Amino acid sequence: MSSDEEEEERIPISERKEWLDVKPIPQDEGLNPVVPIAYRDDFRETMDYFRAVYLSDERSPRSFYLTTEAIHFNPGNYTVWHFRRLVLESLGVNLHDELNFIESIAKVNSKNYQIWHHRRWVAEKLGTEVVKAELDFTKKILFLDAKNYHAWSHRQWVLQALGGWEDELDYCQKLLEEDIFNNSAWNQRYFVVTRSPILGGLEVMRESEVKYTVDAILSNPENESPWRYLRGLYKGDTSSFIQDPEISSMFLKVLKTKNNYVFALSLLLDLVCHGFELNEEFKEAVEPLRPSQPDPPESNFAIIICSVLETIDPLRSNYWTWRKSNVTS
Amino acid sequence: MELLSGELEVEKHVKYILSVEKNKDSFESVTMEHLRMNGAYWGLTTLDLLDKLEIVDQDEVISWVMQCQHESGGFAGNIDHDPHILYTLSAVQVLALFNKLDVLDIDRLSDYICGLQNEDGSFSGDIWGEVDTRFSYIAICCLSLLHRLDKINTEKAVEYIVSCQNLDGGFGCTPGGESHAGQIFCCVGALAITGSLYHIDKDLLGWWLCERQLVQSGGMNGRPEKLPDVCYSWWVLSSLILIDRVHWIDKAKLARFILGCQDKENGGISDRPDDAVDVFHTYFGVAGLSLLEYPGLKAIDPAYALPVDVINKIFFGRK
Repeated sequence: MSSDEEEEERIPISERKEWLDVKPIPQDEGLNPVVPIAYRDDFRETMDYFRAVYLSDERSPRSFYLTTEAIHFNPGNYTVWHFRRLVLESLGVNLHDELNFIESIAKVNSKNYQIWHHRRWVAEKLGTEVVKAELDFTKKILFLDAKNYHAWSHRQWVLQALGGWEDELDYCQKLLEEDIFNNSAWNQRYFVVTRSPILGGLEVMRESEVKYTVDAILSNPENESPWRYLRGLYKGDTSSFIQDPEISSMFLKVLKTKNNYVFALSLLLDLVCHGFELNEEFKEAVEPLRPSQPDPPESNFAIIICSVLETIDPLRSNYWTWRKSNVTS
Repeated sequence: MELLSGELEVEKHVKYILSVEKNKDSFESVTMEHLRMNGAYWGLTTLDLLDKLEIVDQDEVISWVMQCQHESGGFAGNIDHDPHILYTLSAVQVLALFNKLDVLDIDRLSDYICGLQNEDGSFSGDIWGEVDTRFSYIAICCLSLLHRLDKINTEKAVEYIVSCQNLDGGFGCTPGGESHAGQIFCCVGALAITGSLYHIDKDLLGWWLCERQLVQSGGMNGRPEKLPDVCYSWWVLSSLILIDRVHWIDKAKLARFILGCQDKENGGISDRPDDAVDVFHTYFGVAGLSLLEYPGLKAIDPAYALPVDVINKIFFGRK
């Protein structure tokens, strides 16, 4: 049932020939309803008829159609989806048609858990033949909302259960070109780099990924996501991190702009605490950033960096103060 | 920054919550029918935090709750709906508010939840098999409230949750899933209840969480580069409290943000200032303020999301 059909005049179910034998069951609210509920009349009628077929467990085409109507009114009703699945199985409904139905509903209700779960249930039944369909479907939803958590979760499931890794890194690339601030796309990039059976793993990919990430940082140093991604690329391997000349050069570039350097300083602090020695060029870059009310004379740059952060990120001043207290001379 | 207790519109919020139940034409009532159990938990817990729970007819509520129980032992979102782990927790929480857990057949309920644990330690939401760390939290929280945590394979449950931990210290819905404050609350809460917080790098996660606070609004987002939303005031805040890092945020600014999301005329709280209110955000706003020790509110337990006096009765009261 397309959304166009919905706009046509709806014939009350009580006036439809095929439903004359069914007695609709109103919502049982008990003697003194705790939570009296009211519906628009159409919705109420649909749900009354749904209740009738649900309680009599009628698994017929008309029941199936009724769940379609009920879902259009309220796609969050999980009991309707539950019954729809029972009817689907009993009738052996064409699951490809079902995918189309789900897509039409999902586009206007893209954050609804029931819809996504139902989609996965159907896709699981169809298996690898729907790899492309599932990747295309999530792509359409992500086109409407590139950070939709459900879509990403579904996409990750598809890749792991059904395959289709070939173009995933390119897809992440494309989304990041559209919005370099898309944390979900960065997360997916990490997912692909670390888990794709085709790419060879983190070690192999690290060099090219570092280059990509550094470029992203340099164009928008205030972007939280690439900083986290960068840390992820060096997971557990701080010494490599420290030795990478691309990283040093990146830091200096950001610090010298004297702008948007919170994340730069925070990562620099972590590296210094892990043994990174600041050369003169670094010290000269950090000096001008010091707060105008200077600390007592300080030569420990880790402490200096903490002082700068306390000043420029006052929302988290307790965190930076704690970091300062942890710096060993 | 001093908080003035006059700023929280207690009476208006109480009125709003009661009206949601009674307003026959509201869109909210119409579309919430199937998750009335969640709605009851949000509304009633808020009333309790505002110390107004006595307005509600306890017997009516309990009678309705019990009518939502399925023969499987699980609870549905409303009468004549199907059971799901989501509504099972809310039902138990609502009964806990009234100190009526004894009306339950606890073994039957526990069996329902145990039946939802999968081999890898994860939990499904219902018979249809959806897996999500939210359900791990729900199972663990629910069974803990019923003193039946020993019925599940806790070790495997914890193992699964830990497998959802990301390099940034956060947690997603499944392994590899993007770190999200809501999922983090569920994982941290579950680990707290099972005594397994040692799996967490508290400094790393604490920093990720305190970075959710936005400079301009003082509110919290759920993931990097997203907008603030009142519900994250709960999920981020409770997580920070559970790992002893709440002093890393600016509490006064967050409280200001939450108060700014109130509808001061009609009551209720919305996701961000000037948006439409709903019961869900009203609950999370008030719960967040409670965690921030806003004057006049009852204290709420960050792991169980129930008033502390309710939790004390369950764990320290007479059986």
